[in-house]
Amino acid sequence: MQPLTNRAKQVDRRPMTLAEKLYLPAIGKGMGITFKHIFKRKATVSFPDQTREFSPVFRGLHILNRDEEGRERCTACGLCAVACPAEAITMEAAERKPGEENLYREEKYAARYEINMLRCIFCGFCEEACPKDAIYLSETFAPANYQRKGFIYGKDDLLIPDPKAQGK
Amino acid sequence: MAEDKKMFKVKIDNISVEVEPGTTILNAARLIGGEVVPPAMCYYSKLEGSGGKCRTCIVKVTKGSDADPRPMPKLVASCRTTVMDGMEVANITSPEVLDARKGVVEFLLINHPLDCPICDQAGECHLQDLGYENGSEATRYEFKRRTFDKVDLGDKIKLHMTRCILCYRCVFTADQLTQKREHGILGRGDAAEIGTYIKQSLDNDFIGNVIDVCPVGALTDNTFRFKNRVWFLKPVDAHRNCNNPKCCGKVVLWMRGDEVFRVTARKDEYGEVENFICDECRFEKKDKNDWVIEGPRKINHHSVISQGQYVNTVKPLDPLVDVLDGRKPKLLFNIHSESQVNRPEIDLSKIEGPAHSDDFIIKKS
Repeated sequence: MQPLTNRAKQVDRRPMTLAEKLYLPAIGKGMGITFKHIFKRKATVSFPDQTREFSPVFRGLHILNRDEEGRERCTACGLCAVACPAEAITMEAAERKPGEENLYREEKYAARYEINMLRCIFCGFCEEACPKDAIYLSETFAPANYQRKGFIYGKDDLLIPDPKAQGK
Repeated sequence: MAEDKKMFKVKIDNISVEVEPGTTILNAARLIGGEVVPPAMCYYSKLEGSGGKCRTCIVKVTKGSDADPRPMPKLVASCRTTVMDGMEVANITSPEVLDARKGVVEFLLINHPLDCPICDQAGECHLQDLGYENGSEATRYEFKRRTFDKVDLGDKIKLHMTRCILCYRCVFTADQLTQKREHGILGRGDAAEIGTYIKQSLDNDFIGNVIDVCPVGALTDNTFRFKNRVWFLKPVDAHRNCNNPKCCGKVVLWMRGDEVFRVTARKDEYGEVENFICDECRFEKKDKNDWVIEGPRKINHHSVISQGQYVNTVKPLDPLVDVLDGRKPKLLFNIHSESQVNRPEIDLSKIEGPAHSDDFIIKKS
């Protein structure tokens, strides 16, 4: 059969010579390779203390955005949910009542907004679909959890803190 | 008699069709079907006198008739122009028509608020389809758009005058279907608006049909307002024996699970209602048990409403049953115990109007 690459090596099945049967030269050769790596640059970082820089196009944990006045941008139009290939997003809409204008940007808003992080594949289609710039994929991971129910992210997990409330 | 009747031969986009004298170009094109049918925002075959307002159905008549083969000097509204023998019409084959239609769409959208993310009509809106197929991708309009306050026409119908394109369909519906019309167009030109005189409420057995005939989201169902998006609901054909003699009782239920979110009349491929239904069927029968369900409604697969509705899929056999010797796999997590969406305690379809913030507070009993 024609080899696919020129890197294929035939397995040497000849009986071992006495020097090979001793094993010691082979062990010495192997340890040499091991010790050589001490002087090389480390491929890993000690994660919690050190973090790697994310690529600018990294797609991580979702956030629900607010506008400049701290009102929720999401109007529960359902385009993120319909774009989601994993069907991870669900929502329920409600009408803004008089007096809630400082909370919600438009007359309709998402009363419930849920992302199932167990289903989410972080493709970023929701971000692309959003006509109101409400959902963004941030540069953080979804944190680990011991229980599956910890991965159902509601609005209180996703909404960014109100910038006006923080200023006070 | 039928043999004596002279049939007119018409050519629309080089497709020949024989129609009766007095047929409009639009209806002749609908006999052919497919892509050559001009879009229509105001013409409604079930309503007498409709058409001629929106100008989206404009076509080019390249040959007037056999007797007078001169082309018509201007583009004509196909819903109002009747055919002549030997007439030749260009619709999508004429770049002039497509360009003019693009202009018409731009004019229709000048005062449109483009609030599709909020609008309940999104997903089944003719203006969305028209803009998608014939419009440009961005607006060039830089001035202040005409705005109106929202009006309740009765407690079941919401009027968003800002979204209206003044097609007059609802006025014709009210005129021809109900006993007395209570709404019409007030004002002229740019100030024209649909209104009930001195905010009189609309109270008629068939007035709910104005929601179905409205090509945009100007007239929407207040009982369905903001409850769900149409593409997350499953349209199901259903019927019931309605006591109203004029109502056929044949409807489409828009369901999610066992909840009936909305009841509409059945619409044909041109978005026109097949049979008008009464207000009792539309607004008051929001329970599955009120209806005899016939089966899922066929939706054009190009429509967003058909998303997520997997018809004729074959579910593969679950191999776990054999592997586990009949034991059930242990369910580690039930999403319904954790998810706050679609709580059984909160029945959105049973709430009268749109849901508000206080509807989502779960009462602990």
